[in-house]
Amino acid sequence: MKKIASIFITLSLLALIAGAIFGALAGIQYVKPDFLKEVIAFNKMRPFHVSTVLGWIILCSTGGIYYYLTEVLKLKLFSKKLAAAHLILFILCAIAIYVSFFTGNMGGREYFAYAPIISVPILLGWMLFGVNYFKTVVKQVKSWPVYLWMWGTGIGFMIYHLGETNFWLIPYFRENFIKDFAVQWKSYGSLAGCWNMLVYGTAIFLMSKVKDDDNIGRGKKAFFFYFLGLFNLMLGWAHHTYIVPTQPWVRYLAYGVSMTEWIILISIIIDWKRSLSTEKKKLNDISYKFLMATDFWVFFNLFVALLISIPYINLFTHGTHITVAHSMGTTIGINTTILIASVFYIVNREHREVLNKFASIIKPGFWIFNVSLGIFLICLLMGGVEKSVWMYFTDEPSTFGQMQDKIQPYMYVFLAAGFGLLLGILMLAVPMLTCLTKKSK
Amino acid sequence: MTALVVMFVIYNVVVYTQGTSNNTPKMSEQAIKGEQLYQDNNCTACHQFYGLGGYLGPDLTNTISHPNKGAAYVKAFLNSGIKTMPKFNFTEEEKDALAQFLTEVDQTGYYPIKDAETDASGWVGIKYKNQ
Ligand code: HEC
Repeated sequence: MKKIASIFITLSLLALIAGAIFGALAGIQYVKPDFLKEVIAFNKMRPFHVSTVLGWIILCSTGGIYYYLTEVLKLKLFSKKLAAAHLILFILCAIAIYVSFFTGNMGGREYFAYAPIISVPILLGWMLFGVNYFKTVVKQVKSWPVYLWMWGTGIGFMIYHLGETNFWLIPYFRENFIKDFAVQWKSYGSLAGCWNMLVYGTAIFLMSKVKDDDNIGRGKKAFFFYFLGLFNLMLGWAHHTYIVPTQPWVRYLAYGVSMTEWIILISIIIDWKRSLSTEKKKLNDISYKFLMATDFWVFFNLFVALLISIPYINLFTHGTHITVAHSMGTTIGINTTILIASVFYIVNREHREVLNKFASIIKPGFWIFNVSLGIFLICLLMGGVEKSVWMYFTDEPSTFGQMQDKIQPYMYVFLAAGFGLLLGILMLAVPMLTCLTKKSK
Repeated sequence: MTALVVMFVIYNVVVYTQGTSNNTPKMSEQAIKGEQLYQDNNCTACHQFYGLGGYLGPDLTNTISHPNKGAAYVKAFLNSGIKTMPKFNFTEEEKDALAQFLTEVDQTGYYPIKDAETDASGWVGIKYKNQ
């Protein structure tokens, strides 16, 4: 089983590197619109970037779950054959997705730009994963710690909401633009909730292992936050669509649900204050370090997310780069740092000697990654403020092109920070990949 | 558990039927063709409706009803290859379909809403087009 998990993780790291390269190339168009415009047209590059980095999040959390179930929790996997089939299906889907992009045979829906038929094998892969997961866990574990609930929830809802992203193929939805549009964004909001379940479950699992404290995954508080997350997964999506003319109650509900997340923020502040006073013995552990980085980015992103979930603020930030700062901030700052921590945890268990040789690269890599990300997000926020001023606070708005010229300076720094992120990612991912190619202990 | 599943199903059905209802008439066949072209060429990578989409190009929700723009303006843009926008080769018929799609999107509402009603609770009342 180790082998299958390790292939998932190796592929995910390759996706992370490729996705960052695609992102940097796409970013060039923000400052040099004519640069290789025909070769790397933005509408071609963006799907490559989006699908590949989503692949990173999905493959890495999946590989991690297979590994943790069998190697750390020592459960006997229900079926290795199903897991192998899952892996092969996902590899075939990835190939199909790239072929669909190269040949321009696209579905062209935001985030799901590949030909819609590929959704069928992807869904099948998730079902295989689901069957294997529940068959493995239900029999062998009596009282589930919260991370097992989170992984199970993530997989289950993923199947439903992936299906939901394809509802536009049904005329009932397609014929009504607002219905189609709202349901599309509903599914995206919930999908993000699903992979967050997989990734945050991983974070809680890691914290309980790194700190060697099983209670982290078992307390009342852990389950309270699990239900809060589930509640937001199901109902919180509509804060993406406040401005879309759906029925007011959908919008009210989203407002109310989104605001429950303040509880999380307050709880983090309290915990953080408390943890300051205790010794951080394991500070030299690289997984621990990344989880601390996650902590910081959670704080930053939750604050931004909460502010832009208030309709009055959302009115001005929606449709600007501030929203991008939010989505990239959470996928890079939170999801990616957790998953990097997860891979380091595994690599450290399997190949400690090899990993130690890379310490002098990993350490600066950590800082380059996090500092670049900070600059990257600040540029997006500033660009967003400029755009908002252009949209709402200028009596005679200049043209779109003039507005873009105005935010150009931020975009230059943004691009440079993007390349910094790529460098940081390489300094982290290459050592991990090198370890994974070695035979494990 | 069963109760949760039942609630989930009811909630989804209500959202699909009621919550996302809007009095805009059904899209015409020509507009749906236009939407397909919009998707096939991945216009959403750069453009937005209601502020949702990519940020390299302008929001297109109300381009059609903009006093200085309109269908002829839109059609002129499509094969122009201006700035980052790729140089498309749409036929006259395809251009009409895209313009029709944008026309029918325009009829669904307003974006951006410059004179939205706001109140002290942080709530924003949006303007509806077809009430
Ligand atoms: C690579 C990015 C990109 C892609 C892809 C793209 N556009 Fe554009 N589009 C732009 C930019 C940038 C502008 C603004 C040009 C300017 O005003 O300087 C624009 C302008 C427009 C305008 C004029 C809007 C206005 O209000 O002035 C329309 C209409 C339009 N595009 C339609 C489309 C359609 C339809 C597609 C897909 C078939 C598409 N675009 C694909 C970048 C893109």
